[in-house]
Amino acid sequence: MTAQELAQSLVIAAPELLIAIGAMALLMVGVFVRKESANAIVTSLTVALLVAALGWMVFFAPMGPAFGGAYVHDAFTFFMKMLVLIGSIVALVMSVGFAREEKFDRFEFPILIALSTLGMMLMVSADNLLSLYMALELQSLALYVIAAINRDSARSTEAGLKYFVLGALSSGMMLYGISLIYGFTGHIGFDEIAAAVTGGERSIGVLFGLVFLLTGLAFKISAVPFHMWTPDVYEGAPTPVTAFFAAAPKMAAMAMLVRVVMDAFQPVTADWQQIIVFISIASMVLGAFAAIGQRNIKRLMAYSSIGHMGYALVGLAAGTVAGVQGVMLYMAIYLAMTLGTFAFILAMRRKDEGNVEQISDLAGYASNNPLMAAILTALMFSLAGIPPLAGFWGKWYVFLAAVEAGLWPLAIIGVLSSVVGAYYYLRIVKIMWFDDAEGRFVAPAGELRLVMGASGVFVLAYIVFGGPIAAYAEAAARTFF
Amino acid sequence: MYHAIVFLPLLGALIAGFGGRALGAKACEYITSGFLVIAAILSWIALITVGFSEAEPRTVQVMRFIGSGNLDVNWAFRIDTLTVVMLVVVNTVSSLVHIYSIGYMHDDPHRPRFFAYLSLFTFAMLMLVTADNLVQMFFGWEGVGLASYLLIGFWYKKASANNAAMKAFIVNRVGDFGFILGIFGVFVLFGSVNLDTIFANAAAFASVDGEASEAAREVLFRFLWMDLTAGEALTVVCLLLFLGAMGKSAQFMLHTWLPDAMEGPTPVSALIHAATMVTAGVFMVARLSPIFEFSPDALTVVTIVGAITAFFAATVGLVQNDIKRVIAYSTCSQLGYMFVALGVGAYGAAMFHLFTHAFFKALLFLGAGSVIHAVSDEQDMRKMGGLRKHIPMTYWMMIIGTIALTGVGIPGTYIGTAGFFSKDAIIESAFVGHNAAAGFAFGMLLIAAVMTSFYSWRLIFMTFHGKPRATADVMHHVHESPPVMLVPLYILAVGALLSGFFFYSAFVGHGHHEGWYNDFFRTALFAGPDNHILEEFHEVAFWVKASPAVAMLIGLVTAWYMYIRSPETPAALARQHRGLYQFLLNKWYFDELYDFLFVNPAKRLGTFLWKRGDGWLIDGFGPNGVAKRVTDVTGRVVRLQSGYLYHYAFAMMIGLAALITWMMLGGAL
Repeated sequence: MTAQELAQSLVIAAPELLIAIGAMALLMVGVFVRKESANAIVTSLTVALLVAALGWMVFFAPMGPAFGGAYVHDAFTFFMKMLVLIGSIVALVMSVGFAREEKFDRFEFPILIALSTLGMMLMVSADNLLSLYMALELQSLALYVIAAINRDSARSTEAGLKYFVLGALSSGMMLYGISLIYGFTGHIGFDEIAAAVTGGERSIGVLFGLVFLLTGLAFKISAVPFHMWTPDVYEGAPTPVTAFFAAAPKMAAMAMLVRVVMDAFQPVTADWQQIIVFISIASMVLGAFAAIGQRNIKRLMAYSSIGHMGYALVGLAAGTVAGVQGVMLYMAIYLAMTLGTFAFILAMRRKDEGNVEQISDLAGYASNNPLMAAILTALMFSLAGIPPLAGFWGKWYVFLAAVEAGLWPLAIIGVLSSVVGAYYYLRIVKIMWFDDAEGRFVAPAGELRLVMGASGVFVLAYIVFGGPIAAYAEAAARTFF
Repeated sequence: MYHAIVFLPLLGALIAGFGGRALGAKACEYITSGFLVIAAILSWIALITVGFSEAEPRTVQVMRFIGSGNLDVNWAFRIDTLTVVMLVVVNTVSSLVHIYSIGYMHDDPHRPRFFAYLSLFTFAMLMLVTADNLVQMFFGWEGVGLASYLLIGFWYKKASANNAAMKAFIVNRVGDFGFILGIFGVFVLFGSVNLDTIFANAAAFASVDGEASEAAREVLFRFLWMDLTAGEALTVVCLLLFLGAMGKSAQFMLHTWLPDAMEGPTPVSALIHAATMVTAGVFMVARLSPIFEFSPDALTVVTIVGAITAFFAATVGLVQNDIKRVIAYSTCSQLGYMFVALGVGAYGAAMFHLFTHAFFKALLFLGAGSVIHAVSDEQDMRKMGGLRKHIPMTYWMMIIGTIALTGVGIPGTYIGTAGFFSKDAIIESAFVGHNAAAGFAFGMLLIAAVMTSFYSWRLIFMTFHGKPRATADVMHHVHESPPVMLVPLYILAVGALLSGFFFYSAFVGHGHHEGWYNDFFRTALFAGPDNHILEEFHEVAFWVKASPAVAMLIGLVTAWYMYIRSPETPAALARQHRGLYQFLLNKWYFDELYDFLFVNPAKRLGTFLWKRGDGWLIDGFGPNGVAKRVTDVTGRVVRLQSGYLYHYAFAMMIGLAALITWMMLGGAL
């Protein structure tokens, strides 16, 4: 690699470099400022850092491959990294009030978020198996710690431990898959692998490797049957952490999955398609059925996110431009809805009890705060996929892609399970509007109101401004073809 | 002018119905009644200009109704003598009932709704009588059915009123089903539903005596399993149409709804269930006389049904104790008379009785309403008696109604009440009638005349004579009705006394004098070339002419003996002939029979379909069953989430193993 190539690579990867250096600097800041205000200062600076990285990426970063094919930045990564950064920034902003009220004031939290965000951005941009694995591990290690950050709480530490053990297991399987693929193709670069599996006999070894690799990726997006950690971790982790878990890492993992199958294994689409179809159906069905039995709203959101990943995979299963476009749009819409909903969950705060998490606590909320209840109602309708809200369009794109690709049964199962899934979203609406009020929540903090408002506007007005987003997503999806 | 006659009631109904709250009850009463009075006056003008002039029958076009393939239906008024006679009947009685209701419904909180319904009914009835084609007639037919339903159930908080309303609607459905099949049949036979086209071609279906022509033998029509030639086909169509008439006019077997309909307010009974709607069947057969005339078999059936109804309803009327039910059965019986007249081909006589009956039956009903009003809404005659001195005007009006109904008059002369002319004309027509059932009908009608007289006088004697049987409290409050209720009675009384005398020659007078039958109806009523019944009945022997009067006297004397002279006789007779008494009191057990045959099986079927079909099958395997399975699945899925780390890891490994196996098998394929 020449010096010029290195310079070029550094320019392309500048946002990631910014976050990496910034995070290390903030660690120093956290140590040296006064302990009482450390969290507030570091959080603010981290938000500023991530916003700066986002701005840099949008305005200055050129596109192209870097670091000798280990890294790539193109329209697709641009779109997904935006989602990742938005998810991280919003989750961080939403944690401020919670940290203040719940004595959750460790300055390592924002820094770990920044580091995991760095990992996610690298995951999205990874263009060979080695950089993919490195990025994934960077992200995962940060997340393990974040899950257990409330170390005085048994539930939080249990959640962290479970996540760590299962994560290590999945990493191991993934690494085994990578080694198999390398062993049978002799390459780690996606383009080279694609060239190697094109035509001729498919080696069973490569397919084994692919299965192991997909298993690891499925774990990250919590697709069935690799989802088992999700409900426990969502419930056990502090709510801002759950909000973060539900948002940014899903974007990165899904982006990585899309890149692996569409870039490296596009020639064997027929093979991986079966696997994607299976985990997609399993996720949709389990997400729909299991959520019905939940009493805790964070657990409910865990199953909800499992189901939504299933719907997103419907688009991927199609393996077409429309499919990839559908996945991208689905993830964007899912991000908006999830952040809005978690802002609401963070706002479920009583004066004497602190934060509450039971669905029944929402009873009669509409009579206390009709505006907020209306926004949450819109979000729930959107999550259930009722037109003309954003959630409907997400499902529309992926199901349409599946139908066009001839995957009728998949689309039908998807529609049916979304009918079942509608039940638990509508139940929340029913509890809010028709049950008798039990108590009041305190007025939500300004940043939560902002997030909820923005999310509400997004789902309501998506029908108006969705066109350009869809057009961009389509252009980005074409980079794989 | 005709537009005004027909659409003023509709306008009134819309104003009162939708603006009732804004305008207030008083304004609604005056608007609807005012419109109806105008319509009534215009109707009399129409009667004079159309009936007593050389004016050709004509059609007033309103708009195109339906155009589809061969079916071409206009919304148009057919203006001929038959129509204007009905316009007079409907609008006169309706306007008087409107005015009467201002007094009668004075304390009801829902008067705007009541007047809106009354006007709506009037509009629908006018649609029916002005119909230029069968579809429009059916529209009016259903419209009056709807209005009748709404008005019977006007006091919707009363369960009995609701049940009666439903019964009226459902029993009428049976008839209406026949009617609509008849309309289909007409369309098949004639290729049109327009009356002009039908009448012009009806003669082609006449069954020729003896040697039937080749065309007449041709199978034209399949009904159920039968292949029908032209004449038979026409008979089937006529019978189906007559089934509709039976339902609306409460003829034997389909009569059960009429007595129950007395649950409605009394003015409604007077308007709908005495004077107008129930005569729609009579009108329809008269209107379709050009086709019925070619089907002697159908006319025989009409005669038999009419005669049985006249007899049957009169027997039941003998023992009823509810003042309105007595009059209701009387109405039923009188409608039977009209059908007998139609059946023997004396269409003029039928229309004549319809015309006079409207006056005296409305008078009786409104009089009964006045009585009920006086005795604090009591309808049981056993709790009345001795009211003559307290409400003298009502008493005299009821007397006039009764002598008109029973047909008081001197045989062989032109002195008599309305019923004397019209009813006697029917009985005499039945005597000279040519069809097979005419003799039977004559006998039945004579017996019914005796009973008519008996139950009518029984009503008078029980209500107005003898000792008061009401409680002292009620008697204390007995009061004469206000003028707004009495004036309509006076007007109707004039009609009840004089309409027979004045219109006798117009409706049934033979010969070609100016304003007489042939000159009056011209082409509106049709009589076949062999039908000379209206000439013949004038020539009957004197004993036939005298027999109705004798029958009337027998009834009167018997009633006087049993209720004035020796009031204990009825109870003794009832004890002696207990079975017969119960049989009559329970209306020949028709309600029980229908409950057993139709209502209960239908309810059982409904319950079966509801509990088993819908509840068990559809809900069980549909929504509820699916929901149940969903919660089962949920329970199982949730239990998978045990919380143990090794379970989770195991699940992951199983998943991985499954996928690998899948890939190996898939790779091998």
